[in-house]
Amino acid sequence: MRIGVPRESRPGETRVAATPRTVEQLEGLGYTVFVEDDAGAAAGFTDDAYREAGADVIGEAVWNADVILKVNAPTEEETARLRPGQLVAALMSPALDPDLLERLAARGVTAMAMDAVPRISRAQSLDVLSSMANIGGYRAVIEAAHEFGSFFTGQVTAAGKVPPAKVLVVGAGVAGLAAIGTASSLGAVVRAFDARSEVAEQVESMGAQFLRIQVEDEGPSADGYARETSADFDARAAELYAEQARDVDIVITTALIPGRPAPRLLTEEMVASMKPGSVVVDMAAANGGNVAGTVAGEKVVTEGGVTILGYTDLPGRLPTQASQLYGTNLVNLVKLLTPEKDGEVALDLEDVVQRGMTVVHEGEVLWPPPPVQVSAAPSPGTDVVTVDTTSAATPRAPMGAQTKLALAGVGAALFLLVAAFSPAPFLGHFMVFMLAVVIGFYVIGNVHHALHTPLMSVTNAISGIIVVGALLQVGHDSVWVSVLAFVGILVASINVFGGFRVTARMLEMFKREEAAR
Amino acid sequence: MSATLVQGAYIVAGLLFILALAGLSRHETARRGNRFGIAGMAIALVATVLSATAGDGGSGGLGFLLIAAAMLIGAGIGLDRARKVEMTGMPELIAMLHSFVGLAAVLVGWNSSYELTAYPTIHDVEVAVGVFIGAVTFTGSIVAFLKLSARIASRPLTLLFRNQLNLGALGLFLVLTVVYAVLPQDATVGRHLVLGLLTLLALALGWHLVASIGGGDMPVVVSMLNSYSGWAAAAAGFLLDNDLLIITGALVGSSGAYLSYIMCRAMNRSFISVIAGGFGVEAGTSASGDEDYGEHREVTAEGAAALLEGARSVVITPGYGMATAQAQHAVAELTTRLRAQGVDVRFGIHPVAGRLPGHMNVLLAEAKVPYDIVLEMDEINDDLADTDVVLVIGANDTVNPAAAEDPTSPIAGMPVLRVWEARDVVVFKRSMATGYAGVQNPLFFRENTQMLFGDAKERVEDILRAL
Repeated sequence: MRIGVPRESRPGETRVAATPRTVEQLEGLGYTVFVEDDAGAAAGFTDDAYREAGADVIGEAVWNADVILKVNAPTEEETARLRPGQLVAALMSPALDPDLLERLAARGVTAMAMDAVPRISRAQSLDVLSSMANIGGYRAVIEAAHEFGSFFTGQVTAAGKVPPAKVLVVGAGVAGLAAIGTASSLGAVVRAFDARSEVAEQVESMGAQFLRIQVEDEGPSADGYARETSADFDARAAELYAEQARDVDIVITTALIPGRPAPRLLTEEMVASMKPGSVVVDMAAANGGNVAGTVAGEKVVTEGGVTILGYTDLPGRLPTQASQLYGTNLVNLVKLLTPEKDGEVALDLEDVVQRGMTVVHEGEVLWPPPPVQVSAAPSPGTDVVTVDTTSAATPRAPMGAQTKLALAGVGAALFLLVAAFSPAPFLGHFMVFMLAVVIGFYVIGNVHHALHTPLMSVTNAISGIIVVGALLQVGHDSVWVSVLAFVGILVASINVFGGFRVTARMLEMFKREEAAR
Repeated sequence: MSATLVQGAYIVAGLLFILALAGLSRHETARRGNRFGIAGMAIALVATVLSATAGDGGSGGLGFLLIAAAMLIGAGIGLDRARKVEMTGMPELIAMLHSFVGLAAVLVGWNSSYELTAYPTIHDVEVAVGVFIGAVTFTGSIVAFLKLSARIASRPLTLLFRNQLNLGALGLFLVLTVVYAVLPQDATVGRHLVLGLLTLLALALGWHLVASIGGGDMPVVVSMLNSYSGWAAAAAGFLLDNDLLIITGALVGSSGAYLSYIMCRAMNRSFISVIAGGFGVEAGTSASGDEDYGEHREVTAEGAAALLEGARSVVITPGYGMATAQAQHAVAELTTRLRAQGVDVRFGIHPVAGRLPGHMNVLLAEAKVPYDIVLEMDEINDDLADTDVVLVIGANDTVNPAAAEDPTSPIAGMPVLRVWEARDVVVFKRSMATGYAGVQNPLFFRENTQMLFGDAKERVEDILRAL
């Protein structure tokens, strides 16, 4: 089959859906690749480079190919060139643009939205949102640094001391994490906030400080994306933003909720409270913006001297890299569609990934897809065992302090009652017993994990001390007692000798490298 | 031999036992600790044998002969088993040894039921408690032994009303104890009957407790039985008015319980439900095949060798599969070879890998893997993301991402080795079957995971040849 890669028609678009490298991979899957002339010019790929990679560089005839790979969704004019039976893959924003889907369906094509990849692990290699967000996050920091009038890193120089820039990243998705990594590698002090407290670890691993708010409503989202938050949460988060806005030099917001306008995080007052010269990069500008005063695609300077960048083409500002990653995502899609590697598309709508991405199939709109759970949950079992599991595995509510105290009190009272009626020697023994329990508990408190087995076998050998009991009983009047004691001595001796011997054997094996040499 | 001298010997022995346990908690002092244990035992035995045989109340020459015979036979069997046992068979051996302590406790308990004491009531209670704990330990250990040596299926037994059965048995035990204590001393038949019933009850309870625990949880069970055997010895100490037994039993009992507790925490399980038995029921639920995990990828030994050659850092996470395949020597050689090539090789050990706490460490030590590159889960987990290749050798549940990512998974919340964060993961496995928890492992279907099927030992040897 033939794959066509047209030139992007959207003004300002610098990316292209295939690079010479991905062309080679596509050819390797058995396809013939046609690239429109000058398709990669803006991304730094010449027509010759494509030819060298094995593609045919032609004119508008690329639209006749069986598979069309694009970056942006086909325009009305481009849609008119499509013919039934073709497969088109591009960024389509199916949730925001139902008209487009209708247009495509009318042409009888099959359309796959690269921005509708289900967020499951095995689909990650197709996930354009991730790969583009990664670039966007990086570029956001670079743009901010460009506008910011000072160093990012703190320095002490002969000409004076420079404090490090303070960066706040809101939203720790892929873009946020990329921004955190870039900003900290430039030397800034980075803080980050996300409504999903479980990402704290990732944030910290990228070198930023995770800001927390105390709130009860937090829970993982089922589909791997952020979701809208409760009112209480929003109020506390707003306090946090207000406090941080006064302190930081750079704010990068990345908060997006799929299929909804971007949440408003920074109000006008907060922006006004920022220091003159501060920079805000609003990565959600295309969806309405997280920051009051953002203009999509524009740079705005407020009266207070704060620069707000609302660029919507951040990935496109790294066209070579963005094309390469996007192209690789497409190659992975084509791989998925070509299980036989024979250059024939075999679309499998039973597969959740392919089903999720296919927004139009042979003229029929298939959006929205059935929901996909990110984590593969085991199907709820119907057998009795499952029911048992829940009762056994559900952690019990921790006991209240009062209940504990009451139980301890009852225990103590019971013990005193027993003690009052116990003979003196018993209590003497009990004292010894109790102290030994405590010692046993503490003495192994810091045991090295590798020594668990030897420790167990030595305690096992030691518990063979029960042989003492049998020793005292053997050879007494009753034959029956003697026989039992004899057997007791025998089995306990196995334990004692075997236990110590095997411990010694194991310990012999534990040797440091130096000793072994 | 004077009674005070014996007491003195016991005090020294008790102290030596404490030092033994303390010594065993660090590598540097571990061997010294074992010697302390042996010395303590020797002192205690000599003192006891002398006091039991010599003197007026002693059993004399006949007693000495009987003791010598029993101990020689026992020592012969014990030393022989200890010398021959494969390190992979260690769990079975230890479980079997526990059963001996339990049996000895039952025998001692029965014997002392014939003794006359100044305080018959409390003595009767002590007999009942001693026999009960001993019998539970005895059958529990036998079941554990059978499960570990694969003589019976390791699948948990799930009777209806399991917990009620256990509780009922405990209640019945209390009733029998009271009856036994109340019965007059001369009602020989009645007393025998009650004590016999009590023993049978305890034997059944021990069997049921361990039978209802799945094979995957055996490390905790073995450690728990270790604790029980200690309590059995302590109970015998009360019976015989013997402080040494009490001290030693309590030491072993509490340290074993603490060890079990550490392991329960590592598996995110409730300590109480372990003690109560039947906490391994998860093994019954297996994720059905309807789940769409996608395709797994296979790799050849040559492919794995190529991966390893290109790696700068390698982490090996072994599991029970390494033990069953006896692959530790091949793995050790692989480690040596890679280290000679300048590859940073380390081991990541999950606290419950294998069938015994520290099982993997013992195997690796046997194969002379230096123990300073053998790290605990918490020590290595954060480094896994920077690791080039992770070799998962016969481990399954301990590297299951579902535990961390899927709240509905039966093993959700159990800390696991986050091997999937590494660049490449090679999983050595016999088939795509599930692990002991019976849960499918999404790791096998990850983009960066490749499966190397077959016997772990043979496959590692193939890799060695390919290198």
